[in-house]
Amino acid sequence: MATVRINGQSRTIDGPDDTTLLWAIRDMAGLTGTKYGCGAGLCGACTVHVDGEAVRSCQSTVGDVAGKDVTTIEGLSPDGNHPVQVAWREYNVPQCGFCQAGQIMQAAAILKQKPDLTDDEILEGMSGNICRCGCYERIVAAVRHVSTGS
Amino acid sequence: MLHYLEQAMSDAPKQRAPELEFANVSRRGFLTIAATGFAVAAFTTQAGAFARYKTGGDFMPHGIRYDPKIFVSIDADGTVTIVAHRSEMGTGSRTSLPMVLADEMGADWSRVKIVQAEGDEPKYGNQDTDGSRSMRHHIQSMRQMGASVRHMLAQAAAKKWGVDAKSVTVGVHEVTSGGRKAGFGDLAADAMALDVPAFEDLTFRTEDQFRYIGKGNIPITDLHDITTGKAIYGADVSLPGMKFAAIARPPAVGSKPIRYDATATFKVPGVEKVLGLQISNFPAKFAPLGGIAVIASNTDAAIKGRDALEIEWAEGPHSGYNSAAFTEEMRATAKKPGAVLRAEGDAKAAFEGAAKVFARDYSQAHMAHAMMEPPVAVANVANGKAEIWAPVQSPFGTRGDLAGALNMPIEDVTVNVTLLGGGFGRKSKCDFAIEAAQLSQRIGAPVKVQWTREDDIRHSFYHTTSVERIEVALDADNKVTGWRHNSVAPSILSTFAPDSGHQFFIESGMGHIDMPFDIPNISVENGAAMAHTRIGWFRSVSNIPRAWAVQSFVAELANEIGRDHKDLLMEMIGPDRLLDPPKQGFPENFWDYGEVYDEYPIDTARLKNVLAIAADKAGWGLDLPAGEGIGLAVHRSFVTYVATAARVKIVDGKITVPEMHMALDCGFAANPERIRSQMEGAAVMGMTTAMHSGITYENGAVTQSNFHDYPMVRSDNYPQKVHTHVVPHGFEVHASGVGEPGVPPVPPAIANAVFAATGKRLRDLPFGDTV
Ligand code: FES
Ligand code: FES
Repeated sequence: MATVRINGQSRTIDGPDDTTLLWAIRDMAGLTGTKYGCGAGLCGACTVHVDGEAVRSCQSTVGDVAGKDVTTIEGLSPDGNHPVQVAWREYNVPQCGFCQAGQIMQAAAILKQKPDLTDDEILEGMSGNICRCGCYERIVAAVRHVSTGS
Repeated sequence: MLHYLEQAMSDAPKQRAPELEFANVSRRGFLTIAATGFAVAAFTTQAGAFARYKTGGDFMPHGIRYDPKIFVSIDADGTVTIVAHRSEMGTGSRTSLPMVLADEMGADWSRVKIVQAEGDEPKYGNQDTDGSRSMRHHIQSMRQMGASVRHMLAQAAAKKWGVDAKSVTVGVHEVTSGGRKAGFGDLAADAMALDVPAFEDLTFRTEDQFRYIGKGNIPITDLHDITTGKAIYGADVSLPGMKFAAIARPPAVGSKPIRYDATATFKVPGVEKVLGLQISNFPAKFAPLGGIAVIASNTDAAIKGRDALEIEWAEGPHSGYNSAAFTEEMRATAKKPGAVLRAEGDAKAAFEGAAKVFARDYSQAHMAHAMMEPPVAVANVANGKAEIWAPVQSPFGTRGDLAGALNMPIEDVTVNVTLLGGGFGRKSKCDFAIEAAQLSQRIGAPVKVQWTREDDIRHSFYHTTSVERIEVALDADNKVTGWRHNSVAPSILSTFAPDSGHQFFIESGMGHIDMPFDIPNISVENGAAMAHTRIGWFRSVSNIPRAWAVQSFVAELANEIGRDHKDLLMEMIGPDRLLDPPKQGFPENFWDYGEVYDEYPIDTARLKNVLAIAADKAGWGLDLPAGEGIGLAVHRSFVTYVATAARVKIVDGKITVPEMHMALDCGFAANPERIRSQMEGAAVMGMTTAMHSGITYENGAVTQSNFHDYPMVRSDNYPQKVHTHVVPHGFEVHASGVGEPGVPPVPPAIANAVFAATGKRLRDLPFGDTV
């Protein structure tokens, strides 16, 4: 049993401390917006924020986040209108949509660190997130839009 | 695809439908014999607004439904609910088809709700979401159903107000006559109780009246849910008391476990059971591979428990499969004569009398689909009934296969379709749903089976591996007088029937037999290659190796004989014409994507047009800086014409693609915005296919396992700017699909650009990202 703060709420996780954070979030906290894509830190589908920083939840454990604040896509914005989410809609970014929660969480984290990203910083900052449908051009355009307004 | 496989297995009937049937089409329609054969000009009360035509949809299992009472309902508050009967895997069909219906009906999109159909083809008509067929086969029925509801609303209003129906106007979500006005909701109950009008009594909107169709102004329906994490995919379904399963499957297909040790597995907290599953070998359609299942109280425990199993596997029937050696065998086979599929003129004489013969071969490794959501399914089998939630492309096919696997009547099986986190053909094969259902049946509790990425990459139904050899005979003026193309690749059919080593008519119809060049002597051949793993269809299917070979070859030939690539390609395509299959030596069972050929003939003018557009837009012929090049390729697949012009820049030995032009002719463009997103996606998947996607085998087992050794194009190197150019057409040029045809021209266009930039010719897919 461990307690984890997810989206501002304390949740009891019915599992040992080395329970993978991703599955704790999905199976135990019942928040399914965070996705499994590789389980190996290679695709970014599982990206959440831990104390405001982008973290691959498939590579963290419940123990790693004890006493920290975990934010998932469901908690990114109370009304779902974080500027990154709004930009995603404006550019009609998704195809299948499966990677997009991870993409949005990654984009929100890098924009928080540095609100005015250069194109190279966007490409580099988003390169850990795979989109098999190939929405990169729109993803980059949406991040650029939030970053520079263009 | 599946239904054609079943046909192929049952002694291949003729695929070309020689006669047009008029089920569901006006009897008062008339036939005109045009130069190209039959054209249908059906009666409409708005001449030209909607002339019916025949599609292959009528030959699909359960055909097409035209009854709006099945697809549309209207609440008293005016909410219009439209059924999406095709699976959504990223192409946008769940938005685009209801959008067509809504526009023709007069519905305001903001008041439209979409519900997903369960797997029920007797009710909804065919639901197999593959073959780039959703728009191609259903745009007419969506328009007809929309027009029907509009007429029913008008009739209901006329009756209610005691006025002539002619005085009633249906606007956007409201109906008026004189000073009277009613919302759709006010009229819903009366309208939906009326009989559905016959097609010939309907009027249709003219194109200038469309608000959504052809406009690209509608965001995808799940956009808000996707961006807020609320969209429900296969793995997001949860049932009370549900157990979680992960399965250790045989490393080589058909290998059996000799012994296993689950001691470590049972030490993982949450692990509850370990169960042996029956091993299968192909041909077994979509039967699960079998193996050893770990049942746990959560996914983490199931996967960790599965990974902790120690299993010794016996040698199996395919443990000798080594793909590197196999490719060399295919290369040798391709050099020998194969079974002749198309013979036009006298190829033998052309080669004997040639001044010169030029030959090259091109290979491709297997590929796994690697859709972002790995296979997953939730099943609850209890009290003699089975209910499944799964991201499947063929919901009704899945239902039938589940009924068989569970030994239950199909009426007792329900298949609920979630959103698909990508499909690309993999999710047409429902082995993962069968696994979940059989486990649920066995343990008496709901079960979720989650595939890991490793499972997905190692236990797929793989895109075939191939060698395509092309030889041409040249005369003294370097004119091509003979063409021989021998395709060698294990066939998809081996998954369904005892393997002959030969491909079947669908595979041969994808850029092999239907090669459009104007060459007098042609021999299209197929050499044998036996399958040693499960082969399945992957987005674009055999068009990928065919476009790769043919479009690389012409560029090589141009270089060899000192010609401009575009000029030579245009010249080889030849004069504007429709290919005449029987005259040009096509076999009787030639497959034109399941369509009546005369409705979707191979049109060289359309092929050349997209090539010209892509080349012009990319600046073909302009001087480029050193280390840069433009490459061209053009290919017709799924009755859509696509040309790619890729601009490549070599940066420190790395191949980058700053710009790509995709020019396509898909007939009437119903949703240009999703057409564009499909082309952007095809550019990315085409680049991944070109550079990265290689599944190889050692001793029957897949060598790769996850995205580190089966990499994908990422944002640090992707086609940076994709320009999509859609050839505009009116509704009279039949809409085709766009899910698949964008991919095939991309790899050869990139390779041709690499050659232009560096002089290095690439002939084997994947070719890596460096030169
Ligand atoms: S699932 Fe965590 S990085 Fe892929
Ligand atoms: S939208 Fe499908 S994987 Fe990104």
